[in-house]
Amino acid sequence: MEGNSADRRFAVDRPTLIRRLRAVLPAQALLVEEEDLRPYDCDGLTAYRQLPLLVALPENESQAQAILKVCHELKAPVVARGAATGLSGGATPHADGVVVSLARLKKIVSIDALSRTAVVQPGVRNLAVSEAAAPYGLYYAPDPSSQIACTIGGNVAENSGGVHCLKYGLTVHNVLRVRGLTMAGEIVEFGNAALDAAGYDLLALLNGSEGLLAMITEVTVRLTPKPQLAQVVIASFDDVRRAGDAVAGIIAAGIIPAGLEMMDKKAIHAVEPYVNAGYDMDAEAILLCESDGTPEEVAEEIGRITAVLERSGASAYCVSRTEAERLKFWAGRKAAFPAVGRLTPDYLCMDGTIPRKRLAEMLQEITLLSGKYDLRCANVFHAGDGNLHPLIMYDANQPGQLERAMAFGAEILELSVRFGGTITGEHGVGIEKVNLMAEQFGMAEIETFHRLKAAFDEHGLLNPGKGVPTLARCREYIQARVARAPTAPRF
Amino acid sequence: METLIDDWRARIAAAAGSGGKLAIRGGGSKCFYGGPETGERLDVAAYSGIVAYEPTELVVTARAGTGLRELAATLAEKGQGLVFEPPHFGAAATVGGMLASGLSGPRRQAVGAVRDFVLGVKLLNGSGEVLTFGGQVMKNVAGYDVPRLLAGSLGTLGVVLEVSIKVLPLPVAEKTLRFALDEAAALQKLNQWGGRPLPISASAWHDGLLTLRLSGAAAAVAAAERELAGEVLADADAFWDSLREQKQAFFLGDAPLWRLSLPSVTPPQALGETLIEWGGAQRWLRGGDARRIRAAAAKAGGHATLFRGDDALKTEVGVFQPLTAPLARIHRHLKQAFDPQGVFNPGRMYPGL
Repeated sequence: MEGNSADRRFAVDRPTLIRRLRAVLPAQALLVEEEDLRPYDCDGLTAYRQLPLLVALPENESQAQAILKVCHELKAPVVARGAATGLSGGATPHADGVVVSLARLKKIVSIDALSRTAVVQPGVRNLAVSEAAAPYGLYYAPDPSSQIACTIGGNVAENSGGVHCLKYGLTVHNVLRVRGLTMAGEIVEFGNAALDAAGYDLLALLNGSEGLLAMITEVTVRLTPKPQLAQVVIASFDDVRRAGDAVAGIIAAGIIPAGLEMMDKKAIHAVEPYVNAGYDMDAEAILLCESDGTPEEVAEEIGRITAVLERSGASAYCVSRTEAERLKFWAGRKAAFPAVGRLTPDYLCMDGTIPRKRLAEMLQEITLLSGKYDLRCANVFHAGDGNLHPLIMYDANQPGQLERAMAFGAEILELSVRFGGTITGEHGVGIEKVNLMAEQFGMAEIETFHRLKAAFDEHGLLNPGKGVPTLARCREYIQARVARAPTAPRF
Repeated sequence: METLIDDWRARIAAAAGSGGKLAIRGGGSKCFYGGPETGERLDVAAYSGIVAYEPTELVVTARAGTGLRELAATLAEKGQGLVFEPPHFGAAATVGGMLASGLSGPRRQAVGAVRDFVLGVKLLNGSGEVLTFGGQVMKNVAGYDVPRLLAGSLGTLGVVLEVSIKVLPLPVAEKTLRFALDEAAALQKLNQWGGRPLPISASAWHDGLLTLRLSGAAAAVAAAERELAGEVLADADAFWDSLREQKQAFFLGDAPLWRLSLPSVTPPQALGETLIEWGGAQRWLRGGDARRIRAAAAKAGGHATLFRGDDALKTEVGVFQPLTAPLARIHRHLKQAFDPQGVFNPGRMYPGL
């Protein structure tokens, strides 16, 4: 599937663009040959591929600034790219645009243990920040599953979450300052080294803005003291509904676990043979519930968690005894996506969030949809915050399967909205869900989003076609939605 | 309730059509904050009531006119609360005013600010359209994060109608300790402790005394109390309430009150009588030279707000730290995106906004 091939708003003269960029960049910082561009034709959403016009690899902020100034003048679209692990096509190239890879901006500028902050360039990997902070007893709390590879710039662009965000927050809660460039090439600072900044909270807007508002060149993140101890309880359930009740029960008991994850049988069966995490292959669902803090605190909380699990009818549970065992229990969850990837040539990962109380209902709906579209689906959830990751398995080489998988996914997201949730909890809208925005927002909100973007990027050059649909596409979506038989409640 | 919105729309349309201005007011408890009010009063306190509250979802949705007291009482029945401890500054304080002012209380450094807890909003924009952004779930990255943008926007972007906020369990145990320390030593200690997994939930230094609150699981609070070995303060709730509500002696009197938001490690600034909160990240000053204060805050990497002062001083020096040119331009364009005719709360944040 091609990204923005239909979007020909930008009449960019390639030879002129190359000449102008060569004038401001060292030779190795500009890729022009098709064989060099090919590796940049997609991000983690591999179903969408598009060759960019060019790829630029700035080595510092002033080169990035020079690129933007040229592109701004020539009205060429720009797509920023980090490690390209994103799952919604936020970094899918534009046919008439330049991909600006920030991979070479990968310096950890400073770590200040006393103020518990780190200043890093956007190409620094998420996990590298925690590794650099470890000698001070500190770490960077948001931990998306791709944390070995994904970069801080991408994390900010997507407002990434992770398995510990129920207690420790999302990226937006852990970033103090973003330095960047407007599309016109002006240097801007959002936030600062203090806890707040004067004026509107533009820093909050930058987080999750999917590269549509500014290009990030430096980020100050907050570091968190490493808890003295963490332990995880792993519980089996022979009924998904009971597992869902246990999630609500834990929250109702006044506990905010450090992590609260759920996997269904298909996900367990994908993961267990792959990583031998010790998961119960007979369970319909398992819960992973982590507690961290002082040893006294953890002992107290684990006691309360296991009491809730017993009350909720867990068929079995066990508590990690050592750090190695804790990591082993988590290894399964963290490897869920690649494990499912072994079972199928391709999969689509959905990312809806719903109120927790509707988890079991949602799972039943997904089972019905799996039958309807004749495609398998494994489910992993950030159960604590209601964020679902159904993994729809398909084979792109079989005619019609990708289309079926996408229709399946769209129905899950429509249900998420109907249940009072959202089409995306942490992966972003990108190119993948751009039409579905009309499911969640009315025209007046979509128009506001466009005006908001124009406040930063007057000509709409930063990552066009992502995040927010054009009003014309919204109208098309709504018409098509009405034409389809309205989704009747199926209970 | 819906007739209220219809009335407001008519007033917005009338104002937009005639170059009129509207001064949005909830309980009026934070009128002192920001630039002077101008324009016709738009009273929104009547639009009140809790719309939805489900303790196991950790979220409450309330109309903007809902009293903060009423909300806190409802949440406390289920052992939950707004843990960023928003200051009320008066019995009439409302949810809308809490969001518009963006102010947070003693626990801010430990748990986050209003903006960290707001999940969704419904608002009326300058064209009288009802817009809904965000939602009631913890994680939501669909569309730009307008709910957080509205925190602290001082009503300049629209009339907030409804707010969904994340709530959390109230701490099981609390203990407040006191230490005799000078300013530099207190700042050093606060930052050192901040780097360790201690359950510190609030801090305040003034006049040689550091007051520290521990909150969390009983075992964790007890362990930290033993380790830190300060003097236990009786009647601690009254201390933290009076700090949050600015009723302590430091805050009384007519001298201008400055709020400096600085990196927590910033050394003592010697700008005047100081009260420090948030582990060093929020510092209050009485009186002083505006230009010196603003320059010192900027140099340290933060900013200074004229939190309380008379209108003449506010007009002369501005309430908030001036913005760089690109940021000022983005502000003007954002204002136009929500309120093209400039109807709402003109000048409350910056002149011309």
